[in-house]
Amino acid sequence: MIRKILCAAGAVGAAFAATGAWAAETAQAVVPAVPAPAAAPVAAAAAAVANPGNNAWMMTSTLLVLLMIVPGLALFYGGLTRAKNMLSTMTQIGAVASLAMLVWVMWGYGLAFGPEGNEFISWGKFFLAGVTPDSTAATFTSEVISEYVFISFQMTFAAITVALVLGSVVERMKFSAVMVFALVWLTIVYFPVAHMVWEARGVFFKMGALDFAGGTVVHINAGVSALVAALILGKRRGYPSEPMAPHSLTMTMIGTGLLWVGWFGFNAGSALEANGSAGLAMINTFVATAAGGLFWMLTERVMGHKGSALGFCSGVVAGLVAVTPAAGNSGPFGAIVLGAVASVICFFFVSKVKPKLGYDDSLDAFGIHGVGGMIGALGTGIVYAPSLGGPGGADFSIGGQLVTQASAVGATIVIAAVGTVIAIYIAKAVTGLRVSPEVEVEGLDIGEHGERAYN
Amino acid sequence: MKFIIAIIKPFKLDEVREALSAIGVAGMTVSEVKGFGRQKGQTEIYRGAEYSTNMLPKVKLEIAASDAMAAQVVETIQQTASTDSIGDGKIFVLDLASTTRIRTGESGDNAL
Repeated sequence: MIRKILCAAGAVGAAFAATGAWAAETAQAVVPAVPAPAAAPVAAAAAAVANPGNNAWMMTSTLLVLLMIVPGLALFYGGLTRAKNMLSTMTQIGAVASLAMLVWVMWGYGLAFGPEGNEFISWGKFFLAGVTPDSTAATFTSEVISEYVFISFQMTFAAITVALVLGSVVERMKFSAVMVFALVWLTIVYFPVAHMVWEARGVFFKMGALDFAGGTVVHINAGVSALVAALILGKRRGYPSEPMAPHSLTMTMIGTGLLWVGWFGFNAGSALEANGSAGLAMINTFVATAAGGLFWMLTERVMGHKGSALGFCSGVVAGLVAVTPAAGNSGPFGAIVLGAVASVICFFFVSKVKPKLGYDDSLDAFGIHGVGGMIGALGTGIVYAPSLGGPGGADFSIGGQLVTQASAVGATIVIAAVGTVIAIYIAKAVTGLRVSPEVEVEGLDIGEHGERAYN
Repeated sequence: MKFIIAIIKPFKLDEVREALSAIGVAGMTVSEVKGFGRQKGQTEIYRGAEYSTNMLPKVKLEIAASDAMAAQVVETIQQTASTDSIGDGKIFVLDLASTTRIRTGESGDNAL
C-alpha cells in the first residue's frame, strides 16, 4: 500500500518537474545585486538548477534572520522597556514583522526585485505571479538558488527592518498606529531603498556602493526613520526626569545572544551561497562583534563607570550593525577595527550627545543602528582596500569609494526621513498616533493588549 | 525582657544567625527592608542615563530576649555584623512588656 502511494507520488512529481521546467523557461530569472562593483550578476540560464547545498544554507540563513526578530529583537527591546510595556513592545515587533511578510509576497517583492523597472523602483511578479518551485534567482557567481528561497530570505530582511524602527517609539505609540505606519513605511521607504541598493538596476548599485548585508538598506534606513518618528511622536511622559531603567537586562542579554547568532544568517547568508565569501562574512561577524562588546565596556571604564551588561549588549549590537555592510567586504582585522570604532562612537552618541539634544529615542534605535550603520557604510569604503586586508582589487581607491559610500548614505537619509514623515502623519490621521495619558501611565500592556507580562 | 531590633547588611545575615544560635538564641524574625543613613544610596547608569536610588536594601532582625541575655545578643550582633565601614547598620533595644506563646498560652521568659 505504502509502496503504491510512493509510486504514484513519484509519477506526479515527474509530471510536475516537466511542467516546472517549461515554466522556468518562460519565467524571467530574477537578478539580485552584487555587493561589490565587480561583474554585474549574470542572469542564470533558464535551465539552471539550484544547487541543493546552497539552497539548504539559504533556507537555514532565512530562519536565522527570523530568529533575530522573534524572539531575538523582541527580547532585546522588551528587556529595555519598563515592565508595564514588555508585552506591548514584543507584540508590536511580532505583528509588524508578520505584516511585512504578507506585504512582501503581495507587492513588496515586485517593488524591490520585479522583472520590470528603473533605477528607483521595479514592478511585476505582484502576488508572486509566475514564480514556481523551479524558478531560480541568480547569485554572484554562475550558481543559482531557488527563487522561493530568495524571496523568503529577502522577506525576513523587510520584516526585521520595520521592527527595528519601533525601538524609538515604544511605550507610547498606539498599536493601531504602529501597524498603519509599518504598512505605509514598507511601501514607500523600504521596498524602493532595497531596490536601489541591491537590485542590479538600482541607482546605488550602479554607482558601485558597497553594502554586503544591508548596512544602508536595513540599519541606516531603520535608524534614521526611528529618529524622525520619535521626533514627531514626542517624548514619553516623564522623560528624562523620571527614572526609566530597563526592567530586565537578563531578557536583553538573551535577546542580544539570539541577535548575534541570527546575524550569521543575515551576514553570511547575504553571500547567497555557501562559499568562501560566506565564510569571510562569518568570521567577520564573530570578530567585529567581539570587538564591539569589549570596546563599549572599555570606554565605560575609561569614562569612570563600571563595565556593564547593558554596555556589553549595546557594543555587541553596534559591532554587528557596523560589520553588516562590510561582512564580505573586509578582512577580519579591518572588521575588528570597524566594530571597535563603531562601538566607541555609539557609546558617546547615546550617552553624551543624545541627552544634550533632548529627544527621546527610547531604545537608541538611531543611536546604535543609525550611527553604527553610517560608520559601517563609510568604513566599508576603507576596509575594502586590499592594502588593509580587504577583498578589493589592486586598482581600488579609498577616496573614490568613500565618496560613493557617502552619497548612498546621504540619499538614504533623505529618502528615509521624507518617507517616515509621510508614513507617521498618515498613521496619525488614521489612528491618532499616541495612546492617552492614562494608558501611558498604566502601561501599554494593559491599555492596548489587555494583558500583563508578569502576574 | 528586651526587644532587640537590628538593621544589618544583607550579606551578614547567615553569619549573624549562626553566631546567635551559638549563644542560645532560639528564634528571630527576619525581613528584607530598605532605608538610608550615612551610606546614602547607589547610582545606576544605563547607557549614560544616571539614576540614583536613595534607599539601600538591608535586613532587619527582630529578637525577643530575656534581660539576662540581652546584652550578650547585642554584643554578638555588633561584633559579627561589623565590617568597619559606613552602612553596617544599627541595633535598637526596647523594653518588652510581655510575651505570650500562642500554642500553650505561656507568658514571660518561658515564652521566649
